[in-house]
Amino acid sequence: MSSIHHLVTPLSKEDIRKLRAGDLVRISGTIYAARDAAHKRMTEALARGESLPFDIAGQLIYYVGPTPAKPGKPIGSAGPTTSGRMDAYTPRLLELGLAGMIGKGNRSASVMDAIRNNVCVYFAATGGAGALLSRCIKSYTVLAWPELGPEALAAMEVEDFPATVVADCYGTDLYEEGKKPYQHI
Amino acid sequence: MREISVDLIRDTVARLAVEACCSLPDSMLDAMRRARECELSSTGRDVLDQLILNAGIAAEERAPVCQDTGLAVVFAEIGQEVHITGGLFEDAVNEGVAKGYTEGYLRKSSVEEPLFERRNTGDNTPAVIHTRLVAGDRITLLLAPKGAGSENKGALHMLVPADGIEGVKKAVLETVRHAGASPCPPMVIGVGIGGNMELACLCAKKACARDVESRNPDPRYARLEEELLEMVNRLGTGPAGLGGSVTAFKVNVEFCATHIASLPVAVNINCNAARHAKAVL
Repeated sequence: MSSIHHLVTPLSKEDIRKLRAGDLVRISGTIYAARDAAHKRMTEALARGESLPFDIAGQLIYYVGPTPAKPGKPIGSAGPTTSGRMDAYTPRLLELGLAGMIGKGNRSASVMDAIRNNVCVYFAATGGAGALLSRCIKSYTVLAWPELGPEALAAMEVEDFPATVVADCYGTDLYEEGKKPYQHI
Repeated sequence: MREISVDLIRDTVARLAVEACCSLPDSMLDAMRRARECELSSTGRDVLDQLILNAGIAAEERAPVCQDTGLAVVFAEIGQEVHITGGLFEDAVNEGVAKGYTEGYLRKSSVEEPLFERRNTGDNTPAVIHTRLVAGDRITLLLAPKGAGSENKGALHMLVPADGIEGVKKAVLETVRHAGASPCPPMVIGVGIGGNMELACLCAKKACARDVESRNPDPRYARLEEELLEMVNRLGTGPAGLGGSVTAFKVNVEFCATHIASLPVAVNINCNAARHAKAVL
């Protein structure tokens, strides 16, 4: 493990090239919440030749469906959901300029290829730490499809949001490499 | 006959939903602390520190431990000497789930049908209700909310008797290996052995909802629980799947009678937020 990178969105290719699988990061700025249903809607919008509800160049999508905010709080618990369910939609978004994703769990070979080919990055946040992670989220604004409830597309302001680089732009996958020293079977 | 009103059942379910989602059982916290002491990977220790901190924040703020507050799985044991008054039992449970998930700011994650519209029901109903008639004049309610990240990684293996213990071990190992980082390790793994297709799955879910400090009362199966845990922890998946020596906190095994030609093995994985809350009325 190496030093902690402090990142501010949007990310440049130069920012991304500095990141290596296993590095810890703290992310600040705007990130975008989207999961299954919002990805399906974004893909359908693109298929109709429409633009996306936000400019994705250099941005990060966080796979999250938060619990409802209590009065006085910007958001409820907000940990990552399983990224693999978005595999079918992700390569297209990376080709369109998305810098990366925050989620949890393994990605498909086509997503890993798209991360490398487009100089992108995949971060993991700690699954099961939704109450802790919500403290880093300062605002939550629905941008599109409010009828999807916790699955709506939203912009979130984050401060020092903790994550780990799982897949860097050099093709390393921490989910494969990380377990090797501890694998005895 | 002892009378129990549907209002009491509804209010108890509502309370249990919030309690289960916001406060991890003490035994889970102890398991996390023990894992923190023996985890060999520094990344893994960092993940466990976050989980312990998270559980503290959740309990203090009465906030959900995890945003996926799951489908509400309810195990109900109803004494035969109980007379339920004022309405239907299942309606009361569902009203309790709706009340708990709405008033407790929990996430509503239930869609009314799986293939076409997938429209959210808006109040996290219907609950998944498993009812058993038992002796006595009490009702025991165990609420075990279960998120999809871990639930999606479960599997059923219809083995044959010749596959034996080695077949069971292989089935569990392959299911957990294939699950990888997605079910939020360290996990609590429920294994149901025997019965038929549906009973094996029910046993696995019951095993999942069992306390991490419990052991199967049959010493042979208690030993199998230990062996399976040791084996799973040799996979190296580790906390959050980032590599490490603690992939699971516990493997719980439940068994039941089966056909002379069958050896069903169901594996139901629970995440690090292995939540459950119980009440006896």
